[in-house]
Amino acid sequence: MKDTLLEIKDLNVIYKTYEGTVAAVNGVDFALDRGKTLGLVGESGAGKTTTALSIMGLVPSPPGIIQRGRVTFAGQDLLTLPEKDMKKIRGNRISMIFQDPMTSLNPVLSVGLQISEALVAHQNLSEAEAERKAAEMLEKVQIPGARYREYPHEFSGGMRQRVVIAMALACNPRLIIADEPTTALDVTIQAQVLELMRSLKEEFATAMIMITHDLGVVGEVCDDVAVMYAGRIVEMGSLDQIFGNAMHPYTLGLFRCIPDIEEESSTIHPIEGLMPEPLDLPKGCPFHPRCPQCMEVCRQVVPEACEDNGHRVLCHLFGGGERRA
Amino acid sequence: MLRYFTKRLIFLIPVLLGVSIVIFAIVHLAPGDPAEVMLGPSATQEDIGKLREQLGLTKPLYVQYWIFLTNALKGDLGRSIKSNAPVLEEILERFPATLTLASLGMLFAITVGLPLGVLAALKQNTWVDALCSFFALVGFSIPNFWVGLMLMLLLSITIPILPSSGFDSWKNLIMPTIVLGIQTMAVIARMTRSSMLEVIRQDYVRTARAKGISDRLVLTRHILTNVMIPVVTIAGIYFGHSLGGVVITETIFSIPGLGRLIVDAIRAQDYPVVQGGVLFFALCVGIVNLLVDLLYAVLDPRIKAQYRSAK
Repeated sequence: MKDTLLEIKDLNVIYKTYEGTVAAVNGVDFALDRGKTLGLVGESGAGKTTTALSIMGLVPSPPGIIQRGRVTFAGQDLLTLPEKDMKKIRGNRISMIFQDPMTSLNPVLSVGLQISEALVAHQNLSEAEAERKAAEMLEKVQIPGARYREYPHEFSGGMRQRVVIAMALACNPRLIIADEPTTALDVTIQAQVLELMRSLKEEFATAMIMITHDLGVVGEVCDDVAVMYAGRIVEMGSLDQIFGNAMHPYTLGLFRCIPDIEEESSTIHPIEGLMPEPLDLPKGCPFHPRCPQCMEVCRQVVPEACEDNGHRVLCHLFGGGERRA
Repeated sequence: MLRYFTKRLIFLIPVLLGVSIVIFAIVHLAPGDPAEVMLGPSATQEDIGKLREQLGLTKPLYVQYWIFLTNALKGDLGRSIKSNAPVLEEILERFPATLTLASLGMLFAITVGLPLGVLAALKQNTWVDALCSFFALVGFSIPNFWVGLMLMLLLSITIPILPSSGFDSWKNLIMPTIVLGIQTMAVIARMTRSSMLEVIRQDYVRTARAKGISDRLVLTRHILTNVMIPVVTIAGIYFGHSLGGVVITETIFSIPGLGRLIVDAIRAQDYPVVQGGVLFFALCVGIVNLLVDLLYAVLDPRIKAQYRSAK
């Protein structure tokens, strides 16, 4: 039996800027089961963060507009929910961990207060109870509860990110969206934070969307993987399906970018070209100008998704359930 | 913290010393002879000479300055030539009116300027923003003596609801407060607006929103505390500025404050009062700046930490 927690259908988000309309998210579909972790992979500007902010109801507006789509969380459509009810979900049942721990904590408020305010808002705790619980959360992320009254500048980057994690977990959410939680950290600290997140996720039985451009992170923590390119999910499947049998030329390109430790040569194989200008997406498949297997049809027609055993790919090479090339 | 405070307090000494030299030089290099003024046009050369001797004006300038300085350190700013009363006494007698006026002006500037700036930023690029910004620009551009005269014309003569001069009731304070505070208000409004626009876009504000706390809490706790830091700086600088404005305001509205004391003293060439008054103003500005620095530490824990580590 499927136990879907979050389902996104045909999400379209645009940003209206002075230079024109940016199509940030173009028909994203995915579902996430309770307690599972989905990796959302892609280059900067692929629409990963916008997708996450859409779930949170935090797409900056203006300039952002959610044109159409449905975000169903535990049976509720979040996009049509009044702001008042959305506030009860935000930080409580869905919470978010942001990329840069150096800027995502308020410099003039103590870390304890920043953790406890979500508890006060959502759990009707008194200030004192919230303070006790917040100190407990600090301990959970391996920071002494006694440092409750200290300010962000008194913590290192890795510790600050742990504070942010404590903040996100404070109300025991059903879903955590982690937006590149380790990108801004040192490699050694990355592993630490990732390990902590994984163990806490298990402990709290929380589902997670892990946004990253690091396939190594995905391999570590995710159950499912969705690869985004130019606002679309171009390939999606279980970890094994993507890591064992990647199909989309873009996904294959991403894997080729990872340098092989055992290989003598130190050359890396980047994907040629750049992400298309989001103001001016190419006709047909948005990846075609960079695609090594580009065909005539790719230049004209946007590919339809085809799915096989939960492995979905958006490419003209694959259609009707069989490989054409 | 205390150490830092003491250090800052000691730094005030060279500042005051500098001010004393400058003011002493200006007063004594200005044309005109106080002895002549005191004795009037009918005085003989001999009498004037005698009085000059008596006042110590015949001694070399640096000796005069040294006497002034050593006396000032003992709290003796000399005696007024006009009234013969001790200068310090005259200053302290006039100071409460000036302090009241300056504080009310600042209060007005903050209570009007801050909400105006917040409103403009929250409604960025709408007519509300345009109106607030226009109001701030006008407030900043109009010379305050003109505002004073126009207010007087309107509220004392055309619609006589407020007294045009004196210092007897709260009604006397309304117009001077506006005149004194309007420029600072405008500066605070503009500073608040730009600071708000910067803070609103910060990651930590998004983090706060992502917690699902109320908009009011996001504004007061997360945004305004950060907005206040540059605003306090500006308010501090303009407090000194508005002490200068006190001179004009008190003259227009005939308020018996320190500003008018100095203006009258300049007219009468009552140089001990001018010297003492200006020095006292400098001391006030220095103390206000020190208080602003302390306020930083209250607002921003990072600065507090710096103060702690400052030797």
